[in-house]
Amino acid sequence: MSNPKTHHAPMRTPLGRVRGLGSARSGTEHFFMQRVTAAATLLLSVCFIVIVISLAGSSYEAAKATLGHPIVAVIILLTLLSVTTHMRIGMQVIIEDYVHDEGKKVLCIIANTFFTVAVGLAGAFAVLKISLGG
Amino acid sequence: MADSPSRIERPLSPHLSIYRPLFTMVMSIVHRITGGALYFGTVILVWWLLAAATSPGAYDLFSSIAGSWIGRLVLLGYTWALIHHALGGIRHFIWDFIHGFGAKERELMAKATLAGSIVLTVVVWIIGLALKG
Repeated sequence: MSNPKTHHAPMRTPLGRVRGLGSARSGTEHFFMQRVTAAATLLLSVCFIVIVISLAGSSYEAAKATLGHPIVAVIILLTLLSVTTHMRIGMQVIIEDYVHDEGKKVLCIIANTFFTVAVGLAGAFAVLKISLGG
Repeated sequence: MADSPSRIERPLSPHLSIYRPLFTMVMSIVHRITGGALYFGTVILVWWLLAAATSPGAYDLFSSIAGSWIGRLVLLGYTWALIHHALGGIRHFIWDFIHGFGAKERELMAKATLAGSIVLTVVVWIIGLALKG
């Protein structure tokens, strides 16, 4: 900014830019949400591993009975919500780091949203169908 | 964006290709790689749930593929990636609270992450295979 060749020097001070958070109006949401979902996933994935291990090699009926249990179903629904949110933010960071072409980057970020929402919703639908619809 | 002076040539710092790979560096990229693998691996989990929600035939198809040699290898890799990424995440939590930045601590935490991920993966699989009978 101290370069004398820059004719249109920014009017806002660095502090002002930080406080104003820029045109996106966002700052640390992704950073913070990634930590929140990480903590949630840490707890939930322990429960999830226990559920999966208990169902290792089990029959269709046994798997359905376990997955349809309210506590198990809620744990899996929470895991799906937490994991897909974490996945979406994490993959967006990777995309922003490696895809430099603006158009491709936007397309990748949209595809990332589609993928994570579809995965989350498909899993949630399956759990709800087992629990409610049989 | 409008007020950022974007056309100023600034010196670049040496990038990844310049440095000799260090253990902590490799563990950092492995955290990202395992995250990326888990991203796509979640499809396996959802496939399992959808199979259970669809029909006995769909569930048997999933079980036979998951129980095959290649299926088990993928699930073993998935388990390791999940545990490695989880332990790597704990490492990040420790850093978030401004601990563990010393040279020795970083090395120790990286080693603990790698060793822990292997040990816990083996433990989970021994329990799983024992229960399966």
